[in-house]
Amino acid sequence: MSDMAATRDGYGQALLELADNPKVVVLEADLGKSTKSLHFKKKYPARTYSCGIGEQNMLLTGAGLAASGYIPFASTFAIFTERAFEQMRNGVARPNLAVHLCGSHGGTHTGTDGSSAQSIEDLAIYRTLPNVVVMHPSDYVSTLELTKQLPGLNKPSYMRTARNKTPVMYRGRESEIVIGKGITLRQGTDVAIIACGVLVSESVKAAEALAQKGINATVVDMHTLKPLDGDLINSLVSQCGAIVTAEDHNVIGGLGGAVAEHLVKNTFAPLEMVGVEDRFGESGQSDEMLEVMQINSKYIEQAAHRAIARKS
Amino acid sequence: MTLSISELEEFARKCRVEIVKMVYRAQAGHPGGSLSEIDLISALYATRMRVRPDQPKWEDRDRFVLSKGHASPGMYAVLAEMGFITHEDLHSYRVLGGKCQGHVDMKWCPGVDFSAGSLGMGLSFGLGCAVAARLDNSERRTFVMLGDGEIQEGSVWEAAMAAAHHEVGNLKVILDRNRIQNDDFCEAQMRMFDIPAKWRAFGWEVKEIDGHNMEEIMSGLDFLEATNDKPAILIAHTIKGAGVSFMEDNPAFHGAAPNDEQFAQAMAELGEVVA
Repeated sequence: MSDMAATRDGYGQALLELADNPKVVVLEADLGKSTKSLHFKKKYPARTYSCGIGEQNMLLTGAGLAASGYIPFASTFAIFTERAFEQMRNGVARPNLAVHLCGSHGGTHTGTDGSSAQSIEDLAIYRTLPNVVVMHPSDYVSTLELTKQLPGLNKPSYMRTARNKTPVMYRGRESEIVIGKGITLRQGTDVAIIACGVLVSESVKAAEALAQKGINATVVDMHTLKPLDGDLINSLVSQCGAIVTAEDHNVIGGLGGAVAEHLVKNTFAPLEMVGVEDRFGESGQSDEMLEVMQINSKYIEQAAHRAIARKS
Repeated sequence: MTLSISELEEFARKCRVEIVKMVYRAQAGHPGGSLSEIDLISALYATRMRVRPDQPKWEDRDRFVLSKGHASPGMYAVLAEMGFITHEDLHSYRVLGGKCQGHVDMKWCPGVDFSAGSLGMGLSFGLGCAVAARLDNSERRTFVMLGDGEIQEGSVWEAAMAAAHHEVGNLKVILDRNRIQNDDFCEAQMRMFDIPAKWRAFGWEVKEIDGHNMEEIMSGLDFLEATNDKPAILIAHTIKGAGVSFMEDNPAFHGAAPNDEQFAQAMAELGEVVA
């Protein structure tokens, strides 16, 4: 886990690797340098459309392209995708047009730009839309692989990427990365930590700290929030009997919410949610924000102890 | 299809009858904007649209995007007249499971290429269709119909700017300038001042016509077809509810159905004998 890379760079690389498909087109809203679609634009200008600073138009131009047989990849900051939420709802999800929306710079991990740029609700809102697949990969390699699988979906998607670098975990493990399937990174029987995005590596750190105290934790990278890998959650409940979720997102409606919905409908286990406790962020470095929001490995470890204590 | 002016007028009259019948049967819907747009859509489909009613998904068809999708009875009537759907299908307007959903929907009705219902979305969608046609090196055109109240939505102007920036000359817009929106006259709700100047300032070619005069409509459609180096808009001055006296220029019939007496009067005015 020594090398570091940003998931947004995985997205940018995936677009380049998808370019052999002549139906792949890229839409930008003046943030291609940030979301990393710029590499595609440089190499394939005729298949890249600048929508200016106009997210609503971008989403629906994508819908028109998708309705005409193209595979549009549109990106901007996660927070600014939300301006076009109704376009995503009525113009993309409702007619089930395969527009692939990427929101970069998601979460408080985004850092010093401050609260206006730290989307903490994107995963929740897109999860409520029928037909839409929702993903938040944890590392460069999984972002690359998941993005490359999108043309095969034939339905719309939302993927959150992060601005800042995170440990690269999946080099050589590409074949394990499949949309809709959680990845077990570590096996234990005392507690299962289900995480997404930048908190996956924090969860691994927490599991390592727990191991030193004799507690064996399973860690799952749940990169796809919808459709949720319910079979995997069921097996985690029977193996571990206690669950922790970890996400750089509001505890309302995101990964924790999705897992809670699944648990109450299927099987029971105590659940502790690590996430942003329904508040806005502020300017700070990534590591400072994870501390301020109480969502780094230390807090995941504490949540694991609480979850284990609640086992009946 | 080659139709004379009087044949086009008869085409539109038959559609008007169907519009009023649909709204009357459903006791809901939007007759005013359907009647204001109907001469335009009738002429567009009957004389310009390159479509195959027996093959509604034919790849190189021209696209028509009814952005003011609440005015769906107008489009359904034309689709029935063209043979995309049957006149019997018109009875499914606003009925559970029906092809004729309240707002036109590409997932429900053959011949519909856009799922409408939320204003301000059709121009961007049409832009995407037009860009796709250009990438395909296809001659197909995309026609978008906007309502005048609709252009109060800010995203319409995002699309207008983008279409001109990318010089999307296969994108052709018709604006149904009927001067009434949901609650009241546009002048009361949100004054739009010089609409042609706004589109020109955004880089579009603009022409204004009387949207109920078939000869002017034909020359307006000629203008749209002839403008290929940049996007073009035909601003059609219309009367909301045109053809039914008590609906004309009457905000109450933006979204209201006629009662029995009004229905009988409308049929008589439209020259339709109801058994």
